[in-house]
Amino acid sequence: MKMPLSALIGLILTGLFLFCAIFAQWIAPYPLDAVIGGVWEAPSERHWLGTDTIGRDILSRMIYGGQITIFVALASSLLSFGLGSFLGFLAAVKGGWIDQGVSRLVDLMMAIPSLIVALVVLSVLPINLTVLIMVMGLLDATRVFRLSRAVAMDITVMDYVEAAKLRGEGQSWIIFREILPNALSPLVAEFGLRFIFAVLFISTLSFLGLGIQPPLADWGGMVKENKDGLIYGKSAALMPALAIALLAISVNLVADWILSRTTSLKGGRGG
Amino acid sequence: MHPILKLVAQRIALGLLLLLAVSLLIFLGTEALPGDVAQAILGQSATPEALANLRESLGLNRPAYVRYFDWLGGILTGDFGVALTNGQDIGQAIGQRLGNTLFLAACAAVISVPLAILLGLIAARYNGRWPDKVISGVTLSTISLPEFVAAYFVIFLLTQVFPIFQPVAMVFPGMGFWERLQAVALPVIVLVLVVLAHMMRMTRAAILNVMQSAYIETAELKGLSPMRVIWQHAFPNAIAPIVSVVVLNLAYLVVGVVVVEVVFGYNALGQYLVDHVAKRDLPVVQAVGLIFAAVYIGLNILADVIGIVSNPRLRHPK
Repeated sequence: MKMPLSALIGLILTGLFLFCAIFAQWIAPYPLDAVIGGVWEAPSERHWLGTDTIGRDILSRMIYGGQITIFVALASSLLSFGLGSFLGFLAAVKGGWIDQGVSRLVDLMMAIPSLIVALVVLSVLPINLTVLIMVMGLLDATRVFRLSRAVAMDITVMDYVEAAKLRGEGQSWIIFREILPNALSPLVAEFGLRFIFAVLFISTLSFLGLGIQPPLADWGGMVKENKDGLIYGKSAALMPALAIALLAISVNLVADWILSRTTSLKGGRGG
Repeated sequence: MHPILKLVAQRIALGLLLLLAVSLLIFLGTEALPGDVAQAILGQSATPEALANLRESLGLNRPAYVRYFDWLGGILTGDFGVALTNGQDIGQAIGQRLGNTLFLAACAAVISVPLAILLGLIAARYNGRWPDKVISGVTLSTISLPEFVAAYFVIFLLTQVFPIFQPVAMVFPGMGFWERLQAVALPVIVLVLVVLAHMMRMTRAAILNVMQSAYIETAELKGLSPMRVIWQHAFPNAIAPIVSVVVLNLAYLVVGVVVVEVVFGYNALGQYLVDHVAKRDLPVVQAVGLIFAAVYIGLNILADVIGIVSNPRLRHPK
């Protein structure tokens, strides 16, 4: 099947972001915290994207910032996926009080916007990377749970699962060998969406001053640092904002493509 | 009792129960997490005496369930307690700011709801042709922006590139209605951008869904114009899903407001919440968090109730 242009662009941009994030230490032209110029210098040959509120190179900070942003988002979406899909499959297979208990708890957590829950919880917990990843992962696991439970519900009534049960396979075989492979494709597309959500979430928290704390830098925090420049017409704050938008859009394009591919696979043998 | 009244009453009772559970969740989330509240407020370098004093004044030495019922009882009688940081009455502080937040959200809703429905109708009318593609493309790109990023793009565009507006939204008591409107123009534009896309897409989807019915084909075969078919035959039948999407997005607006208020330094409830999270002022965070949750749950119930009431099959049971 031919890959549409939008998906290709998305894939290339996502790859580029990942590459920069992984090799940040080698790519970034200047160290993270080095003051190497004047305040809010315009883009020039030495500083491609200009300098920030105290004269640090924006491009370097954005490359390092991307590393943190992507790392936190990836870690929290992996956590939410592991937890959410495991509990979702378990609820679908076991049914009964486990299903009821977890489902009602998830309903309760989804009754309040995640940002509000995160703010309430972060008013007590120490704000560091581990806590942020845990909080974001747990909050997002509720959405993964709903999806994977719904997907697994459809699969558990299939004949091959019935056959496996009659064969005497255990619970973990059913979950990992029967349900997981068949639920993988919708979950992969969902992973892309949850990852974007995590990027936006951590950026928003950092922007509010409640996410990644200095001296670490991330894109949301960089917008916050440089926002006052906008009033004087300095566009420094827009660069990290643009990076967030671009990453979100490119991952979206890829996820869209995977989703349409898997639905067409489901439809029949033709396409 | 009319079955529809019963359904609505059930839904509202369920909502109240949910709110009660949420209050418990907020309380547990702040007071029963691993770690010591007093330590969290004072920091690692606090002396044992200061910690003991704070615990005493917060009443942390009492069992958690006593504190919970105390807190809940206070809120039910309108007593939110006092802020730790400045000893101000929280109820009063919230009262002043809640109005500002609702004003901002209401302005955004008044503009975005009709606009979203109109754009949705146009996109459905020209399904697959260029007006649809333009509207869908533009809204799709705004969907993947977080509120603060959208806000700074708008600020840069409308205060620097085209200097039309002021980049801060100051409101104070005694301001005239018209001045107030001008002050919130930018935040309102941002909020409209953020919620418009989703509402418009759902409107379009709801109409297109109805357009597949047999009676739409009949209307077309009767020779009605496409816009008339949509307006008179499809739209009334799509009202239930559209209204529930609209109300759900208003609920979403409540959250978007938090970030947008911080961006524009708008003195309202969201900013108040974020400020006090950073200061670790628990009573304020609990109270404001509960209010945001209550508004969100309230709007969700409203969406359900409207969905029930607007369903003719439920309204006129056999």
